[in-house]
Amino acid sequence: MEAIEFTTPKTLDEAVQAMASAGDRARALAGGTDLLVQLRGGRRSADLVVDVKDIPELNEISYSPQSGLTIGAAAACYQIYANADVAANYPGLVDSASLIGSIQIQGRASLGGNLCNSAPSADAIPPMIALGSVANIAGPNGSRQVAVEDFCTGPGRNVLEPGELLVSINVPAPAPNSGANYLRFIPRNEMDIAVAGVGSAVVLDSSGQNFVSARIALASVAPTPVFAREAGDSLAGKAVSDEAIEEAARLAMEAAVPITDMRGTIRQRIHLVGVLTRRTLNNAIRRARGEE
Amino acid sequence: MPGLVHVSTTINGNPTDFLCEPRQSLLEVLRDVLGMTGTKEGCNDGNCGACTVVLEGRIVTSCLVLGVEAQGKEISTIEGVASPEGLHPVQQAFLENAALQCGICTPGFIVASKALLDREPDADEARIRHWLAGNLCRCTGYDKIVRAVLDAEEKMKA
Repeated sequence: MEAIEFTTPKTLDEAVQAMASAGDRARALAGGTDLLVQLRGGRRSADLVVDVKDIPELNEISYSPQSGLTIGAAAACYQIYANADVAANYPGLVDSASLIGSIQIQGRASLGGNLCNSAPSADAIPPMIALGSVANIAGPNGSRQVAVEDFCTGPGRNVLEPGELLVSINVPAPAPNSGANYLRFIPRNEMDIAVAGVGSAVVLDSSGQNFVSARIALASVAPTPVFAREAGDSLAGKAVSDEAIEEAARLAMEAAVPITDMRGTIRQRIHLVGVLTRRTLNNAIRRARGEE
Repeated sequence: MPGLVHVSTTINGNPTDFLCEPRQSLLEVLRDVLGMTGTKEGCNDGNCGACTVVLEGRIVTSCLVLGVEAQGKEISTIEGVASPEGLHPVQQAFLENAALQCGICTPGFIVASKALLDREPDADEARIRHWLAGNLCRCTGYDKIVRAVLDAEEKMKA
């Protein structure tokens, strides 16, 4: 690894100043499970590494039934799935936080880091998109919010400008009769990168028999995570049925524009999007009905 | 080149100070600065678990932690597992079940297994296999390792 400077700001203001002082030569460090590998391998370089784990706002996990969930950008996966409010209200987030990497990786890796690393295969991003999450960004020119589906702009690239920092992610409070699920396909049982992944979130009416709305997002089938808006919208107002789910799966497959690489082929990935969309929708429906 | 940074930490219960460059991993610091070579380097990118240590109560791969991040933190390593009275039950069970061959992965497996049993004394086989998915062994085929952890679990409960 090239030589770096290292700083541990205690406040958000100090962190923004530090990030701005080095511009595009600064990198925020949360769990380091992507950044340190990239710095060591020469895939990214930095003059200044800003450890953001001592900043209160970046470690916060707070929930209220009115404002929903705020996840500090540096909160580690285990903190997310060990949080009782998250487990009770956002099982779709628990799905991804508990399958990223190993127990060792989950001890460090953060959902915020998963978002900022902006890998097309990021497991945490589809459920965040499906749940309608918003990224809170701080920078030298103040703070701004960006919908998670608009955050990534290419493999490893995103909307963060030099000097800017992801502070937290807001996930709206779950609507009544709502549920979400994330599944990925990997050829092993653990410790692998998604060949394809799908996150689905549904809101049902009080009878549990009709869709009010749905959102579906895809991993590993495009240069960025994909918000398959038409697939989710196709369910709104329809009765819950195999036909409606099949149509959403077809539209999700249309939204996938994968490549063939060592992990999978175009054909396999598009097929997987169909399978995983059906499964995640059915799992989300069961959760919305309180059946699991 | 940035200078060396003074880091104050606690390793296996002992207050420990060291100097390191910001780019050095905790693994490099343990092995090359502090001479604690029980923690092994396998892949050096977070996949193999050979360098597993406990940081603030959670197992992590020390290759993916910077030495400077240890400031003010509590770390335990394989060197802290045995007591002056003898081997820890997990270590004893690894010996008795022949749960190692070349041995490079063993410190990581023992640190990770002990962390599981400390936290979940009733972990079943599926949980043990899931917990240890981040530790790779190219020799044993894992069965003997899992048997050793189950054996240690039984002895720790007795």
